Amino acid sequence: MRKAILKILEDNCRLSAPDIAKMLGIDKDTVANEIKVLEKERVILSYGALINWEKTDEEVVSALIDVKVTPQRDVGFDQVAERIQRYPEVKALYLMSGSYDLSVLVEGKNLKAVSKFVAEKLASMDNVQSTTTHFVLKRYKQDGIVFEDQHEDLRQVITP
Amino acid sequence: MSVNFDKFISPVVKNMPPSGIRRFFDLVANTKGVISLGVGEPDFVTPWHIREACVYSLEKGYTMYTSNYGLPELRKEISTYLLKRYEVEYNPDNEIVVTIGASEAVDIALRALLTPGDEVLIPEPCFVSYSPCTLLAGGTPVTIKTNASNGFKLTPQQLEANITDKSKILILCYPNNPTGATMSKEDLQAIARVVEKHDLIVISDEIYSELTYQGKHTSFASLPGMRERTILINGFSKGFAMTGWRIGYVCAHKHFIDAIVKIHQYTIMCASIMAQKAAIEALQNGRAQVSHMVNQYNYRRRLIVSRLNEIGLSCFEPKGAFYVFPSVQITGMSSDEFAEKLLDEEKVAVVPGNAFGESGEGHIRISYASSLQQINEALNRIDNFVKRYAHLSAVNSN
Ligand SMILES: Cc1ncc(COP(=O)(O)O)c(C=O)c1O
Repeated sequence: MRKAILKILEDNCRLSAPDIAKMLGIDKDTVANEIKVLEKERVILSYGALINWEKTDEEVVSALIDVKVTPQRDVGFDQVAERIQRYPEVKALYLMSGSYDLSVLVEGKNLKAVSKFVAEKLASMDNVQSTTTHFVLKRYKQDGIVFEDQHEDLRQVITP
Repeated sequence: MSVNFDKFISPVVKNMPPSGIRRFFDLVANTKGVISLGVGEPDFVTPWHIREACVYSLEKGYTMYTSNYGLPELRKEISTYLLKRYEVEYNPDNEIVVTIGASEAVDIALRALLTPGDEVLIPEPCFVSYSPCTLLAGGTPVTIKTNASNGFKLTPQQLEANITDKSKILILCYPNNPTGATMSKEDLQAIARVVEKHDLIVISDEIYSELTYQGKHTSFASLPGMRERTILINGFSKGFAMTGWRIGYVCAHKHFIDAIVKIHQYTIMCASIMAQKAAIEALQNGRAQVSHMVNQYNYRRRLIVSRLNEIGLSCFEPKGAFYVFPSVQITGMSSDEFAEKLLDEEKVAVVPGNAFGESGEGHIRISYASSLQQINEALNRIDNFVKRYAHLSAVNSN
């Protein structure tokens, strides 16, 4: 049941507990309680919306930055990661396998703001050996959603 | 001299009533801002890997006729699929014909078997093509009314009561369009005994077999002694979301297939190779996507049944397909009246139950092949509508 609730909410977090209960054929209080527990255990971290900012007049620039780090005795990459993740400009942070160590998704108002953040905050950080910045030019798909997808119902209105 | 068109049109066709759905379609098509829960096909687009396989086959130059029976590779896949999923065995060499959807399969199966005067037993409510195809093949449709009270299953008693010495074929369709009814193995075994006793042949339209939400789908052909008596029809339209591809198949004992393929070879030649290539991909790699779709339908099914019962449109729980078939009795309206008023006042389209046979009167077919958002919005509107009229009907009956 847990997994089913999580999957449903991951797809559409606006569904109410009573609706989810009906979809799963279980009691609505059971679902409401389970969701509370999931929130408390921080399995569910937040309920957000996926927004195509390009369709607004708000400008957002994002970049993926490959960061090479000198691992530290005992703590490995965690200490550097902890310092990086505190910046609100950092939207996502992953430890990677391969030719670099941390992948940092940074968002800013414009190119300059992001570059400045990388130069002044990231690159200059202790134990950071190098950074490579890739600006995002266009988002096609995110979290399983295609941005410019056909949403019109192309079917006949009534069929047998 | 002007042409007297009527004189030339075959009386069988002339006397065929127009589809009840057609009339309603025109009404809906002329209304703006409608949420339609009247669609008998998946709201999912065919999974991308299947579409991609078709595109690839075109790039490779697969644009020719195939064997009348269909591509050998596809028949092999169908044979393996039927054995694995439904425990029925058909020889891909001479017991499977790939058709232009289940629709063609119904037509050629009936035409291959019927001679004038033969009666075809058709449990209703049912899909709209069975009676017209029977008539076109020279047969006589004998409809059997099934009831909401036992979930629109066919009972052996109802069947027995309609058998005459002219009865030749029984058409079964479970999971059912429009009711969503399914029949368990035991239910079907009881029917099989009657079929055996009266020496009938069964055309089993199992096009919704993948969309079974409780228990396992039982193919009629898998019952002891029934393989030889069954013409099994299935396809890709519903389970794999491939309605527009027009591809399905018919399986039967070699002797029946020999006859069926004769009609197919002269009238159709073969199903389109693009669709056949796509169908191979569907069977080889489609399982995950089918499960995903079935899961989504199941969520919607439970939501819609539970809400309809809250609203007061009582409905039994359908265990298959993507339809619910609630009674509109609480409003005191007929199927037509309910569907037309609902369209007019709340801009929600459903199909009047009588479009699927007389015994569908007093019911409406609601399809849940629609997004959750649409379903929820439509249900809110239906709720308003029923509140408005249930009240009146209660006053009237007091
Ligand atoms: C019961 C039933 N049989 C057959 C068909 C036709 O299927 P196909 O698209 O394979 O011709 C439908 C389609 O609505 C159906 O509901």
